[in-house]
Amino acid sequence: MTNTLHRYGSAESFKDDYIIFAIPCKGKNDEGAIEKLKTFLRICAKYVPANMGNSNFGSYKPCNELKPTAHWSRDANPDYAAVINAVEKAGTVAAVFDSKEHAEACLAEVKEADLGLSINMSTSVQGAKEAAEHCGIHRHSVEYSLGFCDVHDHLPNSQVLELATMCGHGMVSFNFARKMLDMVREGRRTPDQAVTTLARFCPCGVYNPSRAKRLLEDARTHSA
Amino acid sequence: MLIDPNRCVACSNCVAVCPMGAIYVDTKINRATINRDECVECGTCSRMSSEHLNPTMVRTVRKLAKIFRFRFEPEPDVCPTTAFVVDELEWPRIARRVFSDPLVEHVSTGIHGRGTEEVKTNDVAHRVDVGEVGYVIEFGRPGVGVRFHQIQSMTMALAELRVKFEAKNPITHLMLDQSTGALKEDLLNEKILSAIVEIKTTVEMVPAVLDTVTRVAKQIDTVIAIGVSTRCDQNGEDPMLAPLLDDLGYTFVRAKTNMGLGRITNIQAKESVSDQHAASVR
Repeated sequence: MTNTLHRYGSAESFKDDYIIFAIPCKGKNDEGAIEKLKTFLRICAKYVPANMGNSNFGSYKPCNELKPTAHWSRDANPDYAAVINAVEKAGTVAAVFDSKEHAEACLAEVKEADLGLSINMSTSVQGAKEAAEHCGIHRHSVEYSLGFCDVHDHLPNSQVLELATMCGHGMVSFNFARKMLDMVREGRRTPDQAVTTLARFCPCGVYNPSRAKRLLEDARTHSA
Repeated sequence: MLIDPNRCVACSNCVAVCPMGAIYVDTKINRATINRDECVECGTCSRMSSEHLNPTMVRTVRKLAKIFRFRFEPEPDVCPTTAFVVDELEWPRIARRVFSDPLVEHVSTGIHGRGTEEVKTNDVAHRVDVGEVGYVIEFGRPGVGVRFHQIQSMTMALAELRVKFEAKNPITHLMLDQSTGALKEDLLNEKILSAIVEIKTTVEMVPAVLDTVTRVAKQIDTVIAIGVSTRCDQNGEDPMLAPLLDDLGYTFVRAKTNMGLGRITNIQAKESVSDQHAASVR
C-alpha cells in the first residue's frame, strides 16, 4: 500500500517527488521478505530520503504521549530507524526522495542488492523512464494516471489538492490542508511546522515534506 | 468511531482532520459529534496525537481564555484529552473500516490499503500481459467518499462490456455475479472512503471502456480517478498504450513504473513454475 499514482500537479511539479517502493507478491516471493524489506529501507536511508514508511507508520508519526510543553518544543525530525526496525510483516515499504540524483543512485544500489522483490517508482512518466535508463533497467510495466473525473465539482482548488493528494489514501483531509495553508498565510505556522503536521497523518510515510514545503511557500504569495 | 462526551472538550481540532467532514461541534451539548452516516471509519481522528490532559482542567482554561478573548492556539493535530474510542463494528458497517482505514488488511486479499497489488507486482504475478491493458478505476478519492451502490453502477456497466474483473481484488470478492457486476445487497448503502475496481481487456477495448467509465461517472455523485496500465516491451518501451491514449486525447504526466526487478523466490511457487515449464516442454 502506498497509493501514490494520483498525486495532483503538473509534470514540472513532480521535479522533487520520487517515490521508490518495494512490495512482495503474495504467494510468490513473500517468504523471508521482512529482512529484504529492511535491507531495502536501509539502502534508501543512505540517500537522504525526505520521508519513509513501513505499512504501519511513516518517519513523521503521531505521538500518543505528548507533554503539554510539546506545544513549544515538539520534535519535528524524521525517525528512519524506527521505521526500519518496525517492519514486521511482508507489506509495502517506501521512501520518498526530493532529488532525482538521490533517487537514481538509490535505485542503482537497490538493483545491485538483487532483493528479488518488485521495485516500483512513482513520479512523472519521464522521470521514472530516465531513472530506469540511468540504472540500465528495462521497465517491466507502467501504470498511467489519467487524473480525476470530477463531473460534480467536488474537488477544492489546486493548492489544496496538491497538498492533500500526497497522502493517496486520503488521510490528509481537504479541510486540514486548507487549514494549514491558512495558518501559513496568516503567519501562525512556518511552512516547516505545517509540513510536519501534515505528514503525521500519512501512515504509509509517502507524504513528501519537501514538495509540500515548496507548495506552502508558493501559496504564501500566490493564490490558487 | 465514537467520541467520549466525558473526555471531549470541543476544541474542534478533529473537525478539520476528518477526511469526510463528518465531525462537527454540537453547540447544544458543546461536544464534538460524529455524523455516523457520513463517517467511513477511516481512523484518522483516532490517530491524532494526544496529551491525555484532564478534561475538566482543559475546559476551565478554555473558558477563562474565552472570557478574556485570548486566542487559543493548540497544536492542530492533537486531541488534548484522548476522546476518541474505536468501537467494535459488525457487518455490514465493518466494510467501511476495511475499505477506508489503510492500516486494516483486506481479508479477501491479505493486503492493506485498497487491497490490491495492481501492476506493482506484475513482474512476478503477470496480471497484465503483453497486448493487454489493466484498469484501476478508483471511486471516492480524493476526499469525497462513495457508497457501494454507486460503485455497482460502474461494475454493472463494465460487466455489459464483458471485461475481466481481477480476481485478487476486494470489490470483485464482493460481487454476487461477475457476469452482471452486482454487489452484495446488504452493503449497497454503506459509505467508504474509496475503493478500486480492477479490470483488464485487450488493447482494442480501451476506447469503449474509457467511454463507459466517463459516461457512468456523470451519473455517480462522487469523484473517480482512473489508472491504466500495460506491460512494456523487451526494451522497456511502451509502443502500444501511451500512443493510443495520446490519440484518444488523454493527458498523463504521472505514472507508477514497475522496474522488473522482482522474481519468484517462494519454494512452492518456484516448484509450481518448474512443473508448468516441464509440462509445456513435454
